[in-house]
Amino acid sequence: MAYLKKSPWLLHYDASSCNGCDIEVLACLTPLYDVERFGIINTGNPKHADVFVITGGINDLNRQVVTNIYAQIPDPKVVVAVGICASSGGVFRECYNVAGGVDQVIPVDVYVPGCAARPESIIDGIVKALGILEEKRAKMKEQERSA
Amino acid sequence: MAIIYLVLAPVLGGLIAGIDRRITARMQGRVGPPILQPFYDVAKLFEKEDVTVTPSQNFYILSYLVFMAVTGALFFAGEDLLLVIFAFTLAHIFIVLGAYAAFSPYSYVGAERELIALMAYEPMIILTAVGFYLVTGSFYVGDIAASQIPVILYLPGVFLGFLTILTIKLRKSPFDISTSHHAHQELVKGLTTEFSGATLGKIEIAHWYETVVLLGIVYLFFGFNPLLALVVIAVAYLLEIFIDNTFSRMKWQMTMKSGWGSAAILGFLNLAVLYYFYLGV
Repeated sequence: MAYLKKSPWLLHYDASSCNGCDIEVLACLTPLYDVERFGIINTGNPKHADVFVITGGINDLNRQVVTNIYAQIPDPKVVVAVGICASSGGVFRECYNVAGGVDQVIPVDVYVPGCAARPESIIDGIVKALGILEEKRAKMKEQERSA
Repeated sequence: MAIIYLVLAPVLGGLIAGIDRRITARMQGRVGPPILQPFYDVAKLFEKEDVTVTPSQNFYILSYLVFMAVTGALFFAGEDLLLVIFAFTLAHIFIVLGAYAAFSPYSYVGAERELIALMAYEPMIILTAVGFYLVTGSFYVGDIAASQIPVILYLPGVFLGFLTILTIKLRKSPFDISTSHHAHQELVKGLTTEFSGATLGKIEIAHWYETVVLLGIVYLFFGFNPLLALVVIAVAYLLEIFIDNTFSRMKWQMTMKSGWGSAAILGFLNLAVLYYFYLGV
């Protein structure tokens, strides 16, 4: 059954964001957008999370952190890169200390561009991610069955 | 009754949790999740990958669920209230052991805070049982529930004291120190930090069982009038949601003071008055 889509729990990590996208992510939880009506909860614990939301680009300091958090999230999981920095590195792309977007270290499923990404597009991106999450769950189940 | 409880309590507890979340959302000016959201959450948790690091922790959590179900089964079978309280405490010892078994600083803090909460509410629960005995002359839940004595008139202090620790037990602010329904980013997720997937789902189900038992104890105060009892249970739970949304979390010292304070003042004084002037049944 597809309960995963009805109860996605988010983990939000600020890689090296300027806080613009972070504020927009948190705005999704306010009464105006209220993502909890879709069953979305902003959890702080990778072991409880299904959707990994990252804002900001990857640099040498957070490379380890991002891969570590990603490894701790139980399957099935999806990664959503929020904001142009997380998607490609943005204006910091050419910086000597920036590796680029999140996809340089972990596989990204959905890119939400924008500077800062608007709450509407973040919600849209998460809903897209839910479809991928469901696909991954079905695939996982199939593998379990064949194994 | 016990079998009905085992089957229906998770359904009822989950619905209560769903209504709780909806009302909480409305109090905060939000739309809120569907009423069935807690069931979706638990069903999802059972779909997730098992990433247990320490296998023994799953055994402890299973024991927590089993003993919580046993607690309720004993309660609704009309058994000895002291035995119910004993099984209830044992269930919580198991979740604390589970959190200790996980070898993580976060879950250690959570386990220690849960022990503090356990210490804070235990005296008042015992005094509640003693109060029922003084008034109805029996420790058996069946006798207390069937008693035509308006228990609440003899035990108003004990009832208020029980409502205080009900806030601790339902993990509501200001006493949600070991783990909370809301503060997902904070240290207080402690107790459940290291549990994921199906194990976390079991903790949720156990909490639903627990909610129903606790509201069952509220019923015992009004056993002489079932309709009134149901109304009081609804009002008491609404009050808990209201307190949850109007208070911030306080330090663990406050939990101790409130738990023991209510036991020493409301509970003990009530029982003392009852003992000296009324002399029981």
